[in-house]
Amino acid sequence: MTAEEVRTRIAEQFPGAQSAGDAPVTVMVPADAWVPLARFAKETLGCLFFSFLSAVDWKEEGLEVIAKVDNVDAGISLLLKTRLGSGVSACPSLTDVYRGANWMERECYDMFGIRFEGHPDLRRILLGDDWEGHPLLKSYPVDAPHPPYR
Amino acid sequence: MTTAASPSRVELDYTGSERLTMNMGPQHPSAHGVFRAILTLEGEQVVGVDAVIGYLHRCHEKLAETLTYAQYPSIASKTDYVAAMTSEFAYVRAAEMIGKIEVPKRAQYLRVIAAELQRVASHLLWLGTWCLDMGGALGGGATIFLYCIRERELVLDLFESLVGARLLYGFYQVGGVRYDIPSGWVEKCRETVDLMDRRIDEYQRMLEENPFFLVRTQGVGVISRELAQEVGISGPLVRGSGVNYDIRRTDPYSSYEDFDFRVPVETGGDCHARYRVRMVEFRESLNIVRQALDRLPEGPISSRPGLKSVAQIRIPKGEAYARVEGARGEVGCYLIADGSAKPYRMKWRGASFSNLAVLPHIIPGHKVADVVAIMGSVDPVFGEVDR
Repeated sequence: MTAEEVRTRIAEQFPGAQSAGDAPVTVMVPADAWVPLARFAKETLGCLFFSFLSAVDWKEEGLEVIAKVDNVDAGISLLLKTRLGSGVSACPSLTDVYRGANWMERECYDMFGIRFEGHPDLRRILLGDDWEGHPLLKSYPVDAPHPPYR
Repeated sequence: MTTAASPSRVELDYTGSERLTMNMGPQHPSAHGVFRAILTLEGEQVVGVDAVIGYLHRCHEKLAETLTYAQYPSIASKTDYVAAMTSEFAYVRAAEMIGKIEVPKRAQYLRVIAAELQRVASHLLWLGTWCLDMGGALGGGATIFLYCIRERELVLDLFESLVGARLLYGFYQVGGVRYDIPSGWVEKCRETVDLMDRRIDEYQRMLEENPFFLVRTQGVGVISRELAQEVGISGPLVRGSGVNYDIRRTDPYSSYEDFDFRVPVETGGDCHARYRVRMVEFRESLNIVRQALDRLPEGPISSRPGLKSVAQIRIPKGEAYARVEGARGEVGCYLIADGSAKPYRMKWRGASFSNLAVLPHIIPGHKVADVVAIMGSVDPVFGEVDR
């Protein structure tokens, strides 16, 4: 399957999706198509390999969740994206589709405060439970002291 | 990091069997760093595990947003400090992909030589510490460890004469490498590589003719092909579970397509399969180094020499995901550039983070002593797990 075919098949299944690029193929969908897209990638396109999940803070435009999955046998790479919208910090969880999303979503919650709905065990993973704030948000200053740690 | 559960308690569940919660770590020698596993035990058997990480978290991703493209590569080496070369590699490659920056052929070959020597050094440390973990069973414990450390020194000596540093290098730069090889280095490198080949045969005999080693590793910690991919484990682990995924082969970078090498794949999925994959990788890495030394092209080592200020490199707006095959698997860097001298966002995909995430799936059902063997076979480096 070429990147061209992958883009066509995604466009057939998800009319609202915008896709571009070859390696990886970048696919942007609304948040309500997030889990169906991941399931389609895994079950139909054979992207069994879950590479990573993270987010980007686009300030006023809101948060964007990204995930990368691969079909290692056919050499297909997909970069899935969804915009949560300004002020929204809830996103459906991929843990039912990929078990690897468990730790990745915990990290993403820890760093961005995104609540993954349907995650079985959403708690901080890298920072302490009593940490205040979510460091990778652009509103989180890098040079301000964060008591009691500094 | 989670706040401590009560350190050790005994409770009776409804069937009357005795369950014990035991902390392994954060300062357990077999953790090879700071890692805490909260084990729930029934007798000797582990029935549940909660992995606690984050003790070494420095928020590299936030840090990268505050440092320029010229500054960060030498900090990148601090993520995976056992294979520092490959983490620098992923970062500079991402920046080069966005900026469409050419890398001279000689620099590409030097990058390959450094990355492969690094893989050998990293695997040596893995083999040594893993055998040390299983110590008693191998009849004497520290023998293999000391042998491996002895050989790793030789690789570090090579790096020292190349870069001036033994652990954290700053060798890779956007556009090329920082140093060319000094005179006499090629000969010294060839000697080391040949010596290493013979020594690895020796280790292999020592281990594979030892029935205790086989009992401790065969059938222990089996990761199925399906679980391996779903959790996203990579490197020797995923190849030990029957998945033929090596980025040097599936998505060649830095002239890897020029070299002739095998990608070992084992289907067992147990600790022994992972061991066998790494033992072949040792030799393949040495072979790649030999080939690269034979065909090392002449020419410049960087397409942007003479950097005058740290903010000189500007990368146009764009994003890229660069992945390289590190000693522990897919080391990835997802970079978003906004046209300034610093990235807008950087995401590290640490191979060890995903590799470690498989532990809660495979440890339950094993004995406590096997936890040590399994954890060692995963070869986590906590700088890369916690970033």
